[in-house]
Amino acid sequence: MKRFAPLMLIVVVMGLAGLAQSALNDYYQRVLSVIAINIILAVSLNLTNGYSGDFSLGHAAFMAIGAYASAILTLPARAKAVAMPDLPPWLAQAELPFIVAALVGAGLAALVAFLVGIPVLRLRGHYLAVATLGLMVIVQVVALNWQPVTRGARGISGLPPFTTPLWAYGWMLVAVAVIWRIVHSPLGRAMMAVREDELAAACRGVSVFRTRLLAFVCGALFASIAGALWAHLITAITPSSFSFLITFNVVAMVVIGGAGSISGSVIGAVLMTLLPELLRRVETTLAIGGQPLYGLSQIVIALMMLAVMLFRPQGLMGRRELPDVLGGRVGAQRAPSPAPAEAAGEA
Amino acid sequence: MLTPAYIAQQFINALNMGSIYALVAIGLTVVYGILRLINFAHGDMMTLGAYLGLAVLTALALPAWAALLIPMLVVGALGVLIERLAYRPLRGAPEVAMLITSLAISSLIQNGATMTLTAQPRPVRLPAELTQRVDVLGVNFAVMDVVIVGLAVALMIALTLFVQRTTLGIAMRACSENVRVTQLMGVDVNRVIAVAFAISAGLAAVAGVLWSGKFGLVDPFTGFVPGLKAFVAAVIGGIGNIPGAMLGGYLLGFAEVFFVAFTPPEVSGYRDAFVFVLLLVVLLVRPTGLLGAREVNRA
Repeated sequence: MKRFAPLMLIVVVMGLAGLAQSALNDYYQRVLSVIAINIILAVSLNLTNGYSGDFSLGHAAFMAIGAYASAILTLPARAKAVAMPDLPPWLAQAELPFIVAALVGAGLAALVAFLVGIPVLRLRGHYLAVATLGLMVIVQVVALNWQPVTRGARGISGLPPFTTPLWAYGWMLVAVAVIWRIVHSPLGRAMMAVREDELAAACRGVSVFRTRLLAFVCGALFASIAGALWAHLITAITPSSFSFLITFNVVAMVVIGGAGSISGSVIGAVLMTLLPELLRRVETTLAIGGQPLYGLSQIVIALMMLAVMLFRPQGLMGRRELPDVLGGRVGAQRAPSPAPAEAAGEA
Repeated sequence: MLTPAYIAQQFINALNMGSIYALVAIGLTVVYGILRLINFAHGDMMTLGAYLGLAVLTALALPAWAALLIPMLVVGALGVLIERLAYRPLRGAPEVAMLITSLAISSLIQNGATMTLTAQPRPVRLPAELTQRVDVLGVNFAVMDVVIVGLAVALMIALTLFVQRTTLGIAMRACSENVRVTQLMGVDVNRVIAVAFAISAGLAAVAGVLWSGKFGLVDPFTGFVPGLKAFVAAVIGGIGNIPGAMLGGYLLGFAEVFFVAFTPPEVSGYRDAFVFVLLLVVLLVRPTGLLGAREVNRA
């Protein structure tokens, strides 16, 4: 039975997503889709920040690339003729299906990650933090100034609302499956080896630079897909949509869930989507002196992140996966249900 | 367009920006040198300094020198407090642990300011004697411009003397070479680190007051981008190296101002992108910066 568990998981998730799509109202559908998008973001950021040990803050930049690419490629030619009259003809005519546009954006993001990774990943891991944050500023500035293509600060609106729970959870399953396979492959073990000790990994024949670059490029690729999904969920994007705030929240998801655990990222993403959603109502209702408490939800997230780093630096899940915690590993041939005492001792 | 007066004007502008970047970059480099921490909350110390300076000028109606001194002392003390609460417990943990808490502190300050002071930018009005404009040989500048450069240079001289001549300064340099050995020599490392944070945050606060005075505005995100750019300046000069941070700050100021001054308007909008492309180029060509020691972990 165990070997069919992943397949069952896929069927159950897609079944529930389909059910949600037909039964729930727009608000809940949207929250559910945002959860799936955030899971994609967190799991893909975990590749660098959790597994290969390079701390990237560039997720918003790659999201922006995916979102703008998909927006421009899917917008009907007639709408583009009005909104973006100065577009080069081959772009103005392009009316690609959502999936193709998202993949083109992903390729573009991967290319950018590759080009940025070459200079930066030769250095210590935390240089990547500033360089990727710089990349975010660069992408924002380009989106703001490249008027003929991005419409600058006005942004692009009226995007076709392609993103439904089915699309979002479909992509989420693809992202989680691919990243799960990467992490449990020789490449994934090489990433963890690089994280633990670069020199020792190099001595064992791991190409450190190549491994770190691959983790960074893969992460960028899925961030871009999440960006495309997000653009077609909100249906309007501006340069300021992809600010440091998004990066920060995704980092919080990974850190709180547990860097180095895919299920940790999933749990972190679900928690860090629902909690601010609830707090947002508090912000406006619990006004002091008639003034709404904007920023409260971000303060709570920051405090949680601080508390996790100080009191449980490994995050909620540490480096374990959900199946390890529940006992018995999904997909692996192993004696079922270890003694409860063992599981408790682990926790 | 390219008259000598225009070029001189841009030169003064670049000196201004460079002075502020240098002050901020020094703080980043001092802390990085000892703790290997990229302090993302550094730019927010600028923001806090700017708000405090504004409060001193308007609410307390004190003279301009107090608007520099009080933020410097208060934010400097706050820097020590933040180190105690958010960084010291994580000493010895993986390098990214402190980086993550610094991100959290940065977010706390930005959103705390948004919640209590609103995200609305507040105008900063300087006393008339500072905004008064002077005309020398056809070059027009404000008294404030002179104050910025003079004050920055004075602070940098004072810091250099402190680091070179005093016992604590020597201990600080020793720590940035090797914390563990310095500890074995009987130096109280915690004290040295606390002083480093006080200097770092204090200088950032002054830079914040000067920045908000120059641009006439302050909002909760005022310091964020200059803080990041100061990191670029520190990397250009060689991170961990104090003279390097000063040099890097001025080089960045000149590069940025001249980029804007001598390119057509449709290109000069890319000024922030230009700065970070510069970072990538420096990392590619000379990752140790101009004056930095070799400290690269080559893959």
